[in-house]
Amino acid sequence: MRRWSRPIALVAALALPALAVEAPPNADEPALEQRLLALTADLRCVVCQNESLAESRAPLAKDLRDEVRGLMRQGRTDDEVVNYLKARYGDFVLYRPPFKPVTYLLWLGPALFLGIGGLAWFVAIRRRQRAAATSDLPTH
Amino acid sequence: MKRWLPLAAFAVLLGFLFAGLWLDPREVPSPLIGRPAPAFTLPVLERPGLTFSPADARGKAWLLNVWAPWCRTCRREHAFLMELAAAGVAIYGLNWQDQAREARRLLAEIGSPYALTVDDQDGRAGIDWGVTGVPETFLVDADGLVRAKHSGPLNARVYARMFAPLLEGKGP
Repeated sequence: MRRWSRPIALVAALALPALAVEAPPNADEPALEQRLLALTADLRCVVCQNESLAESRAPLAKDLRDEVRGLMRQGRTDDEVVNYLKARYGDFVLYRPPFKPVTYLLWLGPALFLGIGGLAWFVAIRRRQRAAATSDLPTH
Repeated sequence: MKRWLPLAAFAVLLGFLFAGLWLDPREVPSPLIGRPAPAFTLPVLERPGLTFSPADARGKAWLLNVWAPWCRTCRREHAFLMELAAAGVAIYGLNWQDQAREARRLLAEIGSPYALTVDDQDGRAGIDWGVTGVPETFLVDADGLVRAKHSGPLNARVYARMFAPLLEGKGP
């Protein structure tokens, strides 16, 4: 039995890359799990669209977490992992959409509307002041 | 005039919200469009021992239909897929994360529209293709580029709008 344990372990080790998909959580890697949680909290679960990849219990979300864990174990950076998912599911997986022409209105919209509101407010006040100044009657 | 302005702004907002009612949140643009079909080599369900890769289908446009035996929505598109197959459209099936045995049994029972079906047991190919659920259908052109993707059951209306123009009107 002892005689075979080493060759078996060796063969099992050689087969590891084939299991790269299956990367279940490992209690011995708290730092990696922490990193996984931090990254996937900012990614969207593509099945249940209003949940993050970190919190979703959908089977595909679990597969994707395993996939991300596998990539991290291979030493990929967060950016590389995000690009991996972006190449497959698009910007849609990002909870923070990138700043590019199609998202200009999304990012700048609030400032734009604030500007419009501020302008309307300013114009209204000026008009009222002018009306008060030209009127002979007291305003109160 | 001034009094109507808030009402007009409200009407515009209402228009946007109204249009939003008919948008399908599942209809997410695929980043694969215009890119080479992601490679995979998977066992063929119908012919044990054989494998299939997208590269094998080069030279002719084809559809990749992602389905699963448990999927009820896939049944709804089954009749239309049979029509397409009869009209000479090459459809390859991808059995997504389900038992090969179940898939084989179901196809024998209801008839197969597929040139062949591959078995994506661990869902790895599905991830590479950006599959989020079943059914999903991709159009791959003769050069091996992904040209269209539809999430949800395929029907004549969707096909005419998204797929037929790219296949030079082939199909029913």
